[in-house]
Amino acid sequence: MTDDKQPVKKMSIIVTKGSLDGIYPALIMANGARMEGIEASLFFTFFGLNALANKTLDSLKVSTVGNAALNMAMPMLGLPMTMPFPTVMGAIPGVSAFATHLMNKEMEKLDIPPVREFLELISDSGGKIFACKLAMDMFKLKKEDLMDRVDGVLTVGDFYAESAGVGTHILFT
Amino acid sequence: MKKNIAGTEIDVNEEGYLTDPSQWNEQIAAAIAVEEGIGALGEGHMKVVRYLREQQAKGAALTIRSMGKSGVVTTKELYDLFPGGPLKKSSKIAGIPKPVGCI
Repeated sequence: MTDDKQPVKKMSIIVTKGSLDGIYPALIMANGARMEGIEASLFFTFFGLNALANKTLDSLKVSTVGNAALNMAMPMLGLPMTMPFPTVMGAIPGVSAFATHLMNKEMEKLDIPPVREFLELISDSGGKIFACKLAMDMFKLKKEDLMDRVDGVLTVGDFYAESAGVGTHILFT
Repeated sequence: MKKNIAGTEIDVNEEGYLTDPSQWNEQIAAAIAVEEGIGALGEGHMKVVRYLREQQAKGAALTIRSMGKSGVVTTKELYDLFPGGPLKKSSKIAGIPKPVGCI
């Protein structure tokens, strides 16, 4: 490592997707940042709020409709990764639930926590969890509908103010 | 490579992690803790360090989640005890290899 590299000091991660596969990368990046001593904030907006709403966050699903890369999941069934999975099959009832079951099982093996526990882990580690005010209004959500670790409901302006500082990186997922 | 820690020649890798956990002792732990900016090690630190060494000897994969569930330390306490990289710094002080996982 050379001294002229500016270290990443903070990650502000915007989460816009509410499927299981849409949420996890952001949670893993935020937790990983905290483990390296990097500050981390998660800003949930649009469908990302699915991962903060108490009623939905424990039952997020893998998106199988329109996911042209589901062949990646084939090794979880002991099948080759190159085996095609026609996207139209993703719409068959039960397919998303099955894919979700498979993925949850694999993640547990890797010690990746379920969404609620993961949010608690990030919160315990000093990471911040925010919800987008505009998206809350749009989806008719109130602060009390969200899980208890949410640090605040922010406007976009608040979010940028919260992200201020040299060495902050804003990541959109 | 060799490094003199607390008056003893120790085998470390390029990041300063001990390559042979059996060369470790509490004086070495104390010296690495100072180097890492953790300062003096208290009982809270040592509980974590001993637990890490036990788990490593058993061949267990160490994650921040498993630490929080260990009953030895909560996630919050772990971050407070070893600020700036709880699992990495505690592992270095414990004289075990750097944890390779992302969790």
